[in-house]
Amino acid sequence: MPGKLKVKIVAGRHLPVMDRASDLTDAFVEVKFGNTTFKTDVYPKSLNPQWNSEWFKFEVDDEELQDEPLQITVLDHDTYSANDAIGKVYIDIDPLLYSEAATVISGWFPIYDTIHGIRGEINVVVKVDLFNDLNRFRQSSCGVKFFCTTSIPKCYRAVVIHGFVEELVVNEDPEYQWIDRIRTPRASNEARQRLISLMSGELQRKIGLKVLEMRGNAVVGYLQCFDLEGESGLVVRAIGTACTLDKLSNTSAFLPACNSPSKEMKEIPFNEDPNPNTYSSGPSTPLKNQTYSFSPSKSYSRQSSSSDTDLSLTPKTAPSPQGPRIFLFPSSPTLSCDSPHLKKSCLLLSGSSIKPLHSSHVSPVVLRKSVSFTEELLLAASGMGSGSAGKEGGPFKTLLRQQTQSALEQREFPFFTLTTFPPGFLVHVGGVVSARSVKLLDRIHNPDEPETRDAWWAEIRQEIKSHAKALGCHAVVGYSESTSICEEVCILSASGTAAVLNPRFLQDGTMEGCLEQRIEEASPPGCGFCHIPYDELNMPFPAHLTYCYNCRKQKVPDVLFTTIDLPVEAIVVGKGCLIQARLCRLKKKAQAEANATSISNLLPFMEYEVHTQLMNKLKLRGMNALFGLRIQITVGENMLMGLASATGVYLAALPTPGGIQIAGKTPNDGTYEQHISHMQKKINDTIAKNKELYEINPPELPEEIIGSPIPEPRQRSRLLRSQSESSDEVTELDLSHGKKDAFVLEIDDTDAMEDVHSLLTDVPPPSGFYSCNTEIMPGINNWTPEIQMFTAVRVSRLSNINPTNQTLNKNFNDLCENLLKSLYFKLRSMVPCCLCHVNFTVALPEDELVQIAVTAVAITYDKNQALQANKAPTEKSQQRASTDNEEQLQFPLELCSDPLSSQPFSPAKEVLEGASSHTGIPAAQRATSVDYSSFADRCNSWIELIKLKAQTIRRGSIKTTTSLEKASPLAEGYLRHRSVPSGTNSTVSVVKMTPLSFLPGAKITKYLGIINMFFIRETTSLREEGGVSGFLHAFIAEVFAMVRAHVAALGGNAVVSYIMKQCVFMENPNKNQAQCLINVSGDAVVFVRESELEVLPPQPAAAAQPTGAAGDVTT
Amino acid sequence: MSSDLDVFVGNTTLIDEEVYRLWLDGHSVAEAVARRLRGGLLEREATSVAVLQSDTRDHYRTFQMLERLLHAPPRLLQQLLFQIPPERQALLVQRYYAFDEALARELLGKKLSKGTKKELDEVSARTGVGIRSCRRQFDNFKRVFKAVEELRGPLAENIQQLFLLPPSLARDYAAIVFFANSRFETGKRRLQFLSFGDFAACAQSMMAHWSQGALAPEAAEPDGDLPKSFLQDLKELKVLVTDKDLLDQHKSLVCSALRGKISVYNELEANFKVIEPCRSDKWSPGDLRLFLQHYTAAPRNLPGFRHQALWERYMAAISACLLRMFHD
Repeated sequence: MPGKLKVKIVAGRHLPVMDRASDLTDAFVEVKFGNTTFKTDVYPKSLNPQWNSEWFKFEVDDEELQDEPLQITVLDHDTYSANDAIGKVYIDIDPLLYSEAATVISGWFPIYDTIHGIRGEINVVVKVDLFNDLNRFRQSSCGVKFFCTTSIPKCYRAVVIHGFVEELVVNEDPEYQWIDRIRTPRASNEARQRLISLMSGELQRKIGLKVLEMRGNAVVGYLQCFDLEGESGLVVRAIGTACTLDKLSNTSAFLPACNSPSKEMKEIPFNEDPNPNTYSSGPSTPLKNQTYSFSPSKSYSRQSSSSDTDLSLTPKTAPSPQGPRIFLFPSSPTLSCDSPHLKKSCLLLSGSSIKPLHSSHVSPVVLRKSVSFTEELLLAASGMGSGSAGKEGGPFKTLLRQQTQSALEQREFPFFTLTTFPPGFLVHVGGVVSARSVKLLDRIHNPDEPETRDAWWAEIRQEIKSHAKALGCHAVVGYSESTSICEEVCILSASGTAAVLNPRFLQDGTMEGCLEQRIEEASPPGCGFCHIPYDELNMPFPAHLTYCYNCRKQKVPDVLFTTIDLPVEAIVVGKGCLIQARLCRLKKKAQAEANATSISNLLPFMEYEVHTQLMNKLKLRGMNALFGLRIQITVGENMLMGLASATGVYLAALPTPGGIQIAGKTPNDGTYEQHISHMQKKINDTIAKNKELYEINPPELPEEIIGSPIPEPRQRSRLLRSQSESSDEVTELDLSHGKKDAFVLEIDDTDAMEDVHSLLTDVPPPSGFYSCNTEIMPGINNWTPEIQMFTAVRVSRLSNINPTNQTLNKNFNDLCENLLKSLYFKLRSMVPCCLCHVNFTVALPEDELVQIAVTAVAITYDKNQALQANKAPTEKSQQRASTDNEEQLQFPLELCSDPLSSQPFSPAKEVLEGASSHTGIPAAQRATSVDYSSFADRCNSWIELIKLKAQTIRRGSIKTTTSLEKASPLAEGYLRHRSVPSGTNSTVSVVKMTPLSFLPGAKITKYLGIINMFFIRETTSLREEGGVSGFLHAFIAEVFAMVRAHVAALGGNAVVSYIMKQCVFMENPNKNQAQCLINVSGDAVVFVRESELEVLPPQPAAAAQPTGAAGDVTT
Repeated sequence: MSSDLDVFVGNTTLIDEEVYRLWLDGHSVAEAVARRLRGGLLEREATSVAVLQSDTRDHYRTFQMLERLLHAPPRLLQQLLFQIPPERQALLVQRYYAFDEALARELLGKKLSKGTKKELDEVSARTGVGIRSCRRQFDNFKRVFKAVEELRGPLAENIQQLFLLPPSLARDYAAIVFFANSRFETGKRRLQFLSFGDFAACAQSMMAHWSQGALAPEAAEPDGDLPKSFLQDLKELKVLVTDKDLLDQHKSLVCSALRGKISVYNELEANFKVIEPCRSDKWSPGDLRLFLQHYTAAPRNLPGFRHQALWERYMAAISACLLRMFHD
């Protein structure tokens, strides 16, 4: 019983009129937590009631605290009939459960009703008193911090990155229960909202337990999703990366107040337990579904290298036909997969009786270690001289790899949901690995044992892991999972980037400190991660390799695809741009297995085409690498849609991409030839134009320096096939044009012609606009604080009577392009600006309907500075790197079986010590270097401040000339000083929202906790509410308002890493009805403007909070 | 491929001033798009008609949702639904409550009733203000009127506080409320030449000098109503006109004081009682001001006139009004 929750209901305002006769309301409030309910007095006849209630106290255990939301219901008292509900507020009290976050939740919350939307506001104060709990068997995980941000949060240092955590819980969907037939839509919606809130809490608690067992104190890159499986249930699943974080300002390791179990736990090193069964049923993890992440590595390696015992555990998988397997590599010719693992598992899969439906692809992307690095290693290892630059696989390197490998192999899934890493963490990037699987949904019979779903995901993760191995990588970074459901068919997808991580981070003080230092210094900045991770002579697939254009010593692929953000240290030429591949494929309507079969047959073609499109569009822009790649395949009743988004860049380390050549199939046809040459000219013009637009002028390198000592692969084709598929029906596919030169597009039929046309339909953004789907836009670094986050949703009807793939493609393409155009127009007042983190999601809600939702943030940058700033950014990034090195780099991945487990006390402290000892710098020296870095930091922000000032001056002058009808200064002054008539309090504080993990020109001083909200809105008077657009417009605005209110109540002034994970819209215009579900999440933070940091002496963040947000967008 | 649903929602609500203007003027979406097209937006931004339509619809939806809040501007400041920077909020309110003076002139002194609202069609035709805009403005007048009708204290300040208007606009509304309340007949032909601004200035002077608030700030009566006691007292002043003796003495006192100071002295005598002819006689405003000063001050020297304070209070407003009306 270690917690007391205290709630006070202060007042309400702007309540709706509930009594028509008096035009007033007799409101009272019910406060419910778990099974306990309190009520306030009725405040009669007022739309602005002042309850000023006593403190309602709930004595609960912390398990309940984590799972349950606080539920506040505002009602209108009615003497004669039942009381009418006005609306509800759900408050997630999780942020109050760990130190460092919020201590009180206090503020105005919109009162929300699923039928009427927001109906007034209520002022609530919530506090929690936590008592320390000594019960080691407890089920709660209070104190574990959660972050949606997919990098190490700004004011923390990662002491240890433990690795992948996942969990899922299932339940019946209240919408599909029998009782739904007799209850009101409102009751049904509320049951659903409450259930999902409860399930999220439970999920978070369970993930927290896993983190504590790993001796971590935080989850970074936490991504929670819902699968609305309809009849078969509701799945809430989450993945994340467990870490031990240390607050930067604190010198001592900061462990949560109530994580006592972590101590008890440490005697149980999860990889040394000889018996997995006892473990999973052990005292600390009585939850069955935890078996996965804790199953000892031994059992895992068994399953990956020999027959898949785990896979055979999936008997509930519908006996469905074998799907083709296909591997696509952007730049490499036919695949002969050398990985025994992969081969075996493929064969096993195809030969086994389980026959899961799979399609997957891998694209290469990696880098070798730097030359100097290799030399050092060789010297150290064999005492030989240099000169072995090009040779891969020196003995020491092998050793390193083995160490890394062994360390990582002890994890079941060496996956990381992070997309941004401290410099030096990523050694090589191998390429995108992805896996998809088509499943038939069946009813989840026992919600307490969600094994089927667990097994499905385990299967996919195994596949991802083996793909990574095939690329010579031991880890997967930028990892994410998603689903698409239509009726009873579900496509599960997972993707990530195969990578080799710095062994230094994988070891705990076992490496020689001095050696490490040298490695660090020697490693070439900005190109190391591009070098291939696989052995050149023993490549998993033939690829087109050249020497790195940066260091000229290691091999690089010609194209690099990744799901991560552009590493800060990467050397980029010019600017980046958003690249999308869009695709529709018709499919026959079918039932169950037949449907699953046709889908899984289509998938490989879609993957292939998406890939081809991406590759062509990349070349069309004269670029050679993709970051933040996200391929979404959506299943509908009669079609599949594929949408891939990524940010194209020109990496200086990679070769210049060749142009695109088109070749006709029908010779001797004059007009045809003419047409072809016309197209060719157009393509060439586009490439030239794009190069200019994105400022891609890499320095010319004389051929001799580069040389071409690498045996050219005979052909460069993009399509690769693994053995498994060559043995089955896919062989008949005519994919011949892929086997020719990668840069040649063959036009052999009208389809191909269409493809080329569609390539050229992508209109570049209007001048002054750039766009990307990553956190930062390469080539722009002088952001102003002016940001505008937005969500746009479109639903379009595909009205063709006889749709073909071509017309559908064109429609889909137009839809996306028009949407982008519309965004550029709307945001024109922010020019020059960049749309960052542009996130498209596609849904097929009905037969002919396509829904696209976009969330992104527009950030204004300073154009004038962009021109002169070429020098500054590099200096800056170097500075930054140095501070990062000091502050963030020292976190060995805790992958070890050894040193920690043998030392039973206070793990975090040890890690710290380990870190300092193996850098080989005495503590005192380290301290001074830290000082230096903070000095550098200060210089930076000082420079920033000056820039800011310059900007405001410049902008001010523009404003006077352009805005003719500015609000009269008098009125402004009046508003500011007088604000509101007596009796009401001050204006609403500004809360910024952004999908990025940072706010330009500001410093995040505190993370207040995760925001994870789920809302349902329904209407039975659609026309009256302005039709579908009016309905959704209001709902999205309401969701934003509720997010902002919660953040403000936590004492925050921004949400970072904001994401709209779901937006399910259904309408029935005939019945004048519509329903929409929205799920959003993000991290609530307190930020302070850098300029204010300079001007004011350091102040408590809360004090600076309201002013810090003042300068929001003025359009 | 038609877009059934098409929305854009920003965390900071986008307000396009041009579209707001079109919306306030009562144009439909189609009309607004047409006007924006004529403005050359298409060429300037290299965009398409479809984009413009979608954008206009988005803005119109936003304004429709905002309109409810604009009816009570303090709620706009408190509401959580739309995040709008303060200067934008001020702009929204100011523009929403701004009115066409021609329309206000037409409605001045009329009862803000349903009947008047029905006549708006004619007013719209006369003034050239769109009918929808007319109705909105009429509703604004009525809303402000209702809100301050029962309130104590200075009218303009009450309006300013309740509707967060800039002071000058609040004063104009105070004038409208004042006239609507006291039903001065402003439609007479003789007064046709006077603009809304003239009347607003007059109303301000009258309120400043005659209302309860002018004497005792904590007065119980609203400023819009002229205190009954004052009107009662005014009867006392009639002696100045009705008593032939007093009138003559008054006249001579003023005349002697002004002798030589006013260029048009000759007509001076004729100008007592009816001031309008001054215009035809080409008085300069300076002359008039001087005349009024002395006209006001003179009764002090009249024997047996006991209402000098009241007289001066009366004349302060009258003088200001006359000076205002005295223009070309």
